[in-house]
Amino acid sequence: MTTSTTARTAEAIELTGIGKRFPGVVANHDVDITIHTGTIHALVGENGAGKSTLMKILYGVQRPDDGTIRVDGQDVSLSTPADAIARGIGMVFQHFMLADNLTVLENITLGAEKLHGIGDDARTEILAISRRYGFGLDPDELVESLGVGERQRVEILKVLYRGARIIILDEPTAVLVPQEVDALFANLRELKDQGHTLIFISHKLDEVLAVADDITVMRRGTTVASVKPGDVTARQLAELMVGSELPSPSTEESTVTDRVLLEVEGLELRDAAGRPELTDIGFEIHAGEILGIAGVEGNGQAELVETLIGMRQPVAGTVRLGERDISGWSTRERRAAGIGYIPEDRQRHGLLLDAPLWENRILGHQTRPPAVKAGGWLDVGGARTDSERIVGQYDVRTPGIDTTARALSGGNQQKFIVGREMSGDPILLMASHPTRGVDVGAQAQIWDHIKQARRQGLAVLLISADLDELIGLSDTIRVLLRGRLVGTFDPQHVTPSELGSAMTGADSGADSGSGDDA
Amino acid sequence: MSLARRILLALAAPVLAFVVAGAVASLVLLISGDDVGGFWSVMFSMPRHRNIVSILNTTAVLYLSGVAAAIGFRMNLFNIGVEGQYRLAAFAAGAFAGAAWLPGWLNTIAAIVVAMVVGALWAAVAGLLRVTRGVSEVISTIMLNAIAGSLVTYLLAKVALTTGNSRNTRPIPEGSRVGTVKLFSDSPTEVYGLSLVAIVVGVGFWVLLNRTRFGFDLRASGASESAAVASGVDVRKMVVAAMLLSGAVAGLVGLPSMFSDSYSYGSAFQTGLGFTGIAVALLGRNNPVGIAFGALIFAFLSEQATLLNILAGVSPDIVDVTQGVIVLAVVVAYEIVRRYRVRLEQAQVAGELAGQRRTPLLTEERN
Amino acid sequence: MSTAVTAPPPVEAPAERRSRGLRFGLYLAGGFVVLCLVRVITGADELTSSGTLAVTLTATMPIAMAGLGGLWSERAGVVNIGLEGMMIMGTLGAGYFGFHYGVIAGIVGAVLLGVAGAGLHALATVVFGIDHIVSGVAINIIALGVSGFLAEAWFSDLEGGGPTQSPPLPTPFEINIDAISGPANTLEGKHWFLISDLASVVEMFTKNLSSLVVFALALFFVTQWVLWRTRFGLRLRSCGEAPAAAESLGINVYRYKIIAVLISGGLAGLGGALLSMVSSSGFQVGQTNNRGYIGLAAMIFGNWRPSGLFMGSALFGYTQALPFRQGTVSVHALLLLVALLLVAIGVVQLLRKRRVQAIGAFAFGVLFLLWYLVTDIVPRDFTTMAPYITTLLVLALASQRLRMPAADGQVYRKGSAG
Repeated sequence: MTTSTTARTAEAIELTGIGKRFPGVVANHDVDITIHTGTIHALVGENGAGKSTLMKILYGVQRPDDGTIRVDGQDVSLSTPADAIARGIGMVFQHFMLADNLTVLENITLGAEKLHGIGDDARTEILAISRRYGFGLDPDELVESLGVGERQRVEILKVLYRGARIIILDEPTAVLVPQEVDALFANLRELKDQGHTLIFISHKLDEVLAVADDITVMRRGTTVASVKPGDVTARQLAELMVGSELPSPSTEESTVTDRVLLEVEGLELRDAAGRPELTDIGFEIHAGEILGIAGVEGNGQAELVETLIGMRQPVAGTVRLGERDISGWSTRERRAAGIGYIPEDRQRHGLLLDAPLWENRILGHQTRPPAVKAGGWLDVGGARTDSERIVGQYDVRTPGIDTTARALSGGNQQKFIVGREMSGDPILLMASHPTRGVDVGAQAQIWDHIKQARRQGLAVLLISADLDELIGLSDTIRVLLRGRLVGTFDPQHVTPSELGSAMTGADSGADSGSGDDA
Repeated sequence: MSLARRILLALAAPVLAFVVAGAVASLVLLISGDDVGGFWSVMFSMPRHRNIVSILNTTAVLYLSGVAAAIGFRMNLFNIGVEGQYRLAAFAAGAFAGAAWLPGWLNTIAAIVVAMVVGALWAAVAGLLRVTRGVSEVISTIMLNAIAGSLVTYLLAKVALTTGNSRNTRPIPEGSRVGTVKLFSDSPTEVYGLSLVAIVVGVGFWVLLNRTRFGFDLRASGASESAAVASGVDVRKMVVAAMLLSGAVAGLVGLPSMFSDSYSYGSAFQTGLGFTGIAVALLGRNNPVGIAFGALIFAFLSEQATLLNILAGVSPDIVDVTQGVIVLAVVVAYEIVRRYRVRLEQAQVAGELAGQRRTPLLTEERN
Repeated sequence: MSTAVTAPPPVEAPAERRSRGLRFGLYLAGGFVVLCLVRVITGADELTSSGTLAVTLTATMPIAMAGLGGLWSERAGVVNIGLEGMMIMGTLGAGYFGFHYGVIAGIVGAVLLGVAGAGLHALATVVFGIDHIVSGVAINIIALGVSGFLAEAWFSDLEGGGPTQSPPLPTPFEINIDAISGPANTLEGKHWFLISDLASVVEMFTKNLSSLVVFALALFFVTQWVLWRTRFGLRLRSCGEAPAAAESLGINVYRYKIIAVLISGGLAGLGGALLSMVSSSGFQVGQTNNRGYIGLAAMIFGNWRPSGLFMGSALFGYTQALPFRQGTVSVHALLLLVALLLVAIGVVQLLRKRRVQAIGAFAFGVLFLLWYLVTDIVPRDFTTMAPYITTLLVLALASQRLRMPAADGQVYRKGSAG
């Protein structure tokens, strides 16, 4: 409020010609952004567009290979976060940077002990900031006992405590439930009114349009447009984000049959503390059908997939695969019975990064030919031959099957996984965010493979945060909200905004408890 | 990557480690004013026939101990307890064979089984504590080593024949002893029959690791537990199975000399083989062939060490220092080579693909 | 809108912390009272004699120093299984420098050699990112070799020395307050319940108390204060809990980890000095006899906290000391102590309505009571085993309540923030 018109004209940050290369990958090139003081500036782009790398450069975590950074009109060199902090730049990471076993106070004062010590002065200051912005935090509570929303406020408080005037928020809404998103936006506007500059990274266009003053769009590692929210529609923004070259997935003629391949009934899952994570989940998938699950991340998608593959044990409910009740089966039995699994985090759950591709062919298929013979003997020849087949058939760009999985790009890793999971005559394919962090070319190929699976008569469970992907591929869409399935939609007729409101619980009315945060 | 380059990279680490270890040893000798030249000429002298036999016997024992440790290490399970497992197992086998409940060879075979079972069960305690109670196997095996030491002393006092200052289990009857292989006619020592078990164990370990589902699951669990779980590996079962197997192999460690030389378990029985086995496993990268080289090198060094005092007036302890430095240096060198190789490979993949098509501009966001 | 999510701030953390200190004191006092009771019942007066307590203290402190070293290192996220080796280096340093240059030089030398070993560990684990266990094992091997080699080089030709031991070393200054220890001794001789036992404690602290032991005890308070009350300690602990978070706040994680490991080695070295100069008359090869590992176990037993780690060390120290004080009688009396403690645990569990645990404790209590009643001696080996078995049991039964630093033992690479 106090820093009105004069501040708006000043430039908080100017990035010119920023470039950053990793071995084999260009993460950023020719990035130009100007951010005005006292505004909320949104940086939008798809996963993999280079937003996070750019922000890490601005926060001193990574050093740019080319280009200049100007903060408040001065050229700066940011080689560590400490440099950035000294320049008044703070960052709220998407994955919270908090120590669970330390108190709120300890987490906040850490690294900034010189300001107010780590005792009562600091406590007073934290309480003061917390009150000023309505954060409601207790300095002496252990962070492990806080909910997601509270943790995020600790992160923001951490940045404010250091006197940051420029705050970077990396996908701050990805982990929040709708009420928390509203509260966050209120906090952000309050901060802006007090003269702070906020950089807001997102790929959720509705949110961006709601909260930002300026929008910069990134695509394929560079900035492609700077627009004002009043001048564009969500559709136009989306086009800027994906570019014209991106093929949109489109549904083909229905192949849905009346043969039920997966039947889930009354599935309930609890966490270690006994809180419900999944409640009364029930659905069917037919042969030749793709069931899409939409939802804001953290509403039970990962839990659902892990329960169906047998990595987590539900407290109630049945799962039937074809004719068989597989409720009590182990992960290995389920996979052997014909469940293909494309995990959300392919590097942690889908690959042995330091093993050659042909050994990765065996992973998850340890009970089946061609990788393993009867009696538990590995068939090295079979695994190698079949890996060659996958590399050829699924267009995995690799020098050979002896290359380690780590050396491949994300898209090629994912194509290999898709190829592997489509081997051995699966009945059900579970694909969790199959095109996340994958380059555009690979994305289109992966979509083709999923559609082909549907034509082959598989049941496909598709989980994605990308609504276009869901609408384009699915035969039916269900929405997962706080561990419950809350709505069923026909992708032929549904719009992203309708799905969006179902995902945030706006139209359900029922059950709007405030998550784990109350 | 070309084959030559692969081999070069594989050899770089151990060579580097030996150079470092040699330099450290020379430095220590120089500081203490010892005869550095004498040290090197002894270490590089050709062992005599009787020493060769002794080196082979030690190699076999260290190999068994190394494999026992490596089975756990392959799945990031630090079985520090080989020491306690083999001592308890050797005692049990000695007591059993000495009791001579079975005739001749049957007694031998049964005693070997007893050793393996005792070793396996002792190791399983740590495995079970880990999967049921979440106790780190590092700490529990260290505790179990100490307990095994006291337990063996106690039990030995119960069953032993005491002669003078030493206590021993009853001698193994003639018919149950294992013969030796005479390698050289002029050597008074011979290769223990059970040393050949090491070869069987080595081949078995290789086949298990590289050709069986169990081995694949074991390696997968070590390389990425999360990926192994998602692929259907029951990691808890694997932990217990790996500990059982590791302990069973550990149980064999004390047997070659007992069945071909001492014929009983006694208070003078060799200790420390379990810890050396850990070093050997690390040196050999937990690889069946690598461990064989590691065991051979360590056995060679230990044997030459016995000559140091006589020929060069240098304390044989310098070899312990050298062995320790080798282990540390080799592990560091492997890590450096590994990082270099990853970078090399990524650049290479990118380079080769750029030939096919332009470089993928973006893959994923780094985290 | 922003106030909609405001939660009322619950304030309970400080109170909880205060109660932890209180509980620790209560346990200690309760255990001592039971011990006195057992002494009176069994007539095994050595259980709490000042002599036993004095030996316990000197047996406890080397273990406690190793454990404290482990605490520093693990609080910064580096598992230090090389404590044993660093302690060996300490005994060697005390032997060499102590003999040639006197007490102070011996202590400093022990600490410095411990730090040298730790430097190797820090280099391997922090800088090169080697698995912590692997590096620790290697350091133990190296230290064992170095001590054997240098002992032979240094001590063989000295009078009173030999290839495996140093000549007798000078002992650190001993504190004697006769005005107090005299009357305490008289009181102890009366064998009154609790009063005589407390007198033994007083006597322990006023007669032949090594200044090095006092110094080591003081380090516990220093550690508590530095790690939990200073900016340095906060930063150090943050490296063990969430190194990426620490780095994102501009903290040089490597530096704190390296400092922590070096301090760890220094403490282990000090433990070595205690062994060579206080617990015995000089350096001997193999003197540490796994005390480095035991210290680590004591630290885990104590849930990565100084107070708990001290209790764990004392448990080991006591069971090491007792066999030397009318071993057969004393150790046999210990069976009754264990029986009574188990019954006490059973009562506590019953009050907490944990019936299964209570029944288990009672059952074992009865077993130990029977063992006490039907036998006259406990084999010596069982006593040496006892602390290890106790540690295993504690780990097995309390592992859910143990809380190790979240990033303990994980290799951290620079640039992992974000």
